[in-house]
Order: sequence, then structure tokens, then C-alpha cells
Amino acid sequence: MSTSRRFEPGRPYRLRSSVALRPEPFGALAYDFTTRKLSFLKTQLLVDVVRELENQPDAHSALSAANVPEHERARYLDALAGLESAGTIEARGEA
Amino acid sequence: MTKLTEHFQHGLDAPICLTWELTYACNLSCVHCLSSSGRRDPRELSTEECKAVIDEMQRLQVFYVNIGGGEPTIRPDFWELVEYAVRHQVGVKFSTNGVRITPERARWLAGTDYVDVQLSLDGATAEVNDHVRGPGSFETTMRAMENLRDAGFRDFKISVVMTRHNVGQLDDFKRIANTYGAQLRITRLRPSGRGADTWDELHPTADQQLRLYEWLLDNGDNVLTGDSFFHLNALGSTPLPGLNLCGAGRVVCLIDPIGDVYACPFAIHDEFLAGNVRDEGGFTSVWRTSELFARLRTPQTGGACTSCSAYDSCQGGCMAAKFFTGLPLDGPDPECVKGNGERALALVGAEKPKPDKDHSHRGRKRVPVAISWGPPAPDQLPDRACDTSPLAGFRP
Repeated sequence: MSTSRRFEPGRPYRLRSSVALRPEPFGALAYDFTTRKLSFLKTQLLVDVVRELENQPDAHSALSAANVPEHERARYLDALAGLESAGTIEARGEA
Repeated sequence: MTKLTEHFQHGLDAPICLTWELTYACNLSCVHCLSSSGRRDPRELSTEECKAVIDEMQRLQVFYVNIGGGEPTIRPDFWELVEYAVRHQVGVKFSTNGVRITPERARWLAGTDYVDVQLSLDGATAEVNDHVRGPGSFETTMRAMENLRDAGFRDFKISVVMTRHNVGQLDDFKRIANTYGAQLRITRLRPSGRGADTWDELHPTADQQLRLYEWLLDNGDNVLTGDSFFHLNALGSTPLPGLNLCGAGRVVCLIDPIGDVYACPFAIHDEFLAGNVRDEGGFTSVWRTSELFARLRTPQTGGACTSCSAYDSCQGGCMAAKFFTGLPLDGPDPECVKGNGERALALVGAEKPKPDKDHSHRGRKRVPVAISWGPPAPDQLPDRACDTSPLAGFRP
């Protein structure tokens, strides 16, 4: 649950356990049942990346698994960093 | 990339912000009640029907529902329905005048996840509050707030409908909220329900609208608004936080106590009735296939407002406010900050539409009654202030 550490794309992440995704034409709504905050994943590709996080050893691999084009990777890493600081995704694995 | 608000204009697969009024019964008779509540409607959804609606919300991933009334807590199955909802991943925020928030109930609420409480208060003093909500209502609500605070319930909401008499109390409301560890929410007075009869004397003056806008710019980060003041955006270059878009039928709707689905909580009128949850296909079918909602999701024209420099920021204002003051839906908001609403209102004749649903207590004005349940006597609760905010608490 630590949000003090900055997002590091070489580490494993996952959708926060209290967050649910609802598919929508533009991507998905993300609702956190604990904080009651709603946020938006604004592209389907970002939804794919977020869903891949828990299956992959690190964020970079999640981008690859979701087939994020090379020239878009920096943007999607920024988006993940934003989701991490908002608490939508969280680090997993290590204590 | 298409902007999110453009997606919202075309509607979502399910509402983001769903208001559900569980009963028209209320112990109060607030003079601005959006749903003209008072007497229970005998066609009210049964407990089992309510649970079926909750099941549907779970399937649709409607993550939370704003429950109101009437006074929802006087339904004998109210707490059972709250428990059922949160067990089915549907969070609940319910609006109440506090009449059933006893110390015991406050402790139960403090120990229940996914439940939030919103207390309606329309004056920072008994004098101002009770003028609108009825004698004794201020004391009832303050006692409920004490009970919640003493039970350790943090960040419950205090919801205020802004009127001519309480705009000057904004700082006092903030102080009250801070005192009780609560969060302040302020919403716009609408000419809906019994509000149609009182709007003229209660709605804020032009000067007060400006004060309100400035106060929101100074304090808005810590105050919820139900996104209801976007018509004020034309007052300055700084947009207020929020979606700033009419969400009716697009991201917002209302289910009333008998299962009727309306485009928004301020539009209880046949003109905005999309269907009923008892119809074949249930709520899902109403949301996705009703002709009314399909129409609301097509691009709206600004009519006479299109040429106004402020149109982009105010979007023509509130559909329900226009409708119930007799203005065309593509015309100016009655509280247009450029003064176009007042000019248009002066031209409205006798053909102004009247609210066509009335559950008011008969032969009684603003007098709270003793609380009891059971047909035929209806019971309590208040107007929930607005619950329409497509973006309350959201970060785009």
C-alpha cells in the first residue's frame, strides 16, 4: 500500500485490489471501493495494459504484452505513473 | 484522442451517478422538495423488487447509488436494502434529514463499509433552515450529526441547497462541517417539485450568484457541489471543478419509488420519463434503449445561446431549470449570469409546465409529523438535495 515510492517500470504492479474496472466505449471506468474515487482509463489500450500488469513481471512487460507501439511507450509509462500516484494500481510481490 | 466529455455526451453503457428514491413518504414537507414528497405511493417497489434492481446494478457495475426520497430511512426495509447493496458491490450514499440516525444506528453506520451518509441542512441557523424545511428540522439534523460524530463516522456529507437566505451563511456551513468532521456539499436550487412554487422567492439573486461563484473559486477544492453550478462558469475565466455538462440521460438518471426512470433527479415529469424498471428488460433496457435517452444523447443545439460568448462554458445551463420555468430547452438558463434568463422569463406566458406528480401531504404546510410507518400514512424524509453530480469526487 506504500505510495511513497515512485513508480518504477521495472517492478511488478497490479490493479489495486479495491478497484474495479467497468468497460466503456472509450476505455474503462475505474472505481475504488475504499476511497470512493472514480477515475477514467481513456483508451482501450491503457485498459489492456492495466489488466496485463498482474500477469507480467514488470510494467515494461505489460506494455509489450498489450502491444503498445514503440513510439507510444513513454506516454503509457507516464499514464501508469499517474495511476500509481492516484492509487489505481499498486506495487505487488515484494513486501 | 476524443475528449472524455464527448464520450459522456453520447452516453455510457450504464450510468455513473444513479439516484434512487426509495419512497415518497416523508416526515417533512420542505418547500423546495424536488419530488413533492410526503405521502407513500402504494405502488412503491417491494423489498424483493428493490433487491432485483440492486442485482441489476451489480451486473451493470454501477459502483454506487445515491439513495434518497422522501425520507428513505422510514422504509421498514431500508437498512436491509443498504446491507444487501453493499454485499453486492453497490456502495450506498443515502440522503436523510437525520430523523432515524440514533446513536445506535450511527455506530452501526460507522462500522459498515461502503456506506456514506448525507444530511440535508438548508440553513446554518434554525431560523433559516426551518423556514424551508419545517419547524424542528434543524434540531433533528444537528442531533444526527452529533450522533455520527460521537460514533466516529468521519467525512459524512452535509448537503445544502443554496437559497437567497443562506448564501450569506457559506462560511458558517463550512465551520459546521469542520466542527463535525464532515464534508460540505452545496447544490443548486431547482424549480422542480414543490420548488416550482417557491423558486421565485428562494433562488439566489444575481449578486448572490457572483458571491457564490467567488466563494467556490476560493473554497471549491474542499467542497462538493454535485457539479450543479456550471451555469456560473460564464462569470469568469476560471471554470469550476467538475464535468460542466448536463449529464441527464447520459451519465445520470433517477429511479423513483415506483420504478419509473427519469433523465435526472430534477426532472420528475412525464416529459422526462424513459421507462420503468418493472418493464421487460428492466432498468438495463430502459437505460440502453429508451427513445428519450437516445434523444438526450444526440448533440444538443444551443439555440439562441449559440452566439453567446459564454456558451462554451455554461452549455446553456440546466435542462430541468429551463423546463419548469417555461423556457425552451435550447434557450438560456433562468439564472443565466448574462441576464438572458430574466429577459426570457419575462416573455413566458401562462403555458409554463407544472410538475405533474404530487405526493405532498394533504392540507398541511411545512409541519413535521410524528414518525410512524404503515399504509396509509406515509412518513418522512426530506429532499435529498441533488444527487446528480456526474463528477462528484471524480478526477477525470
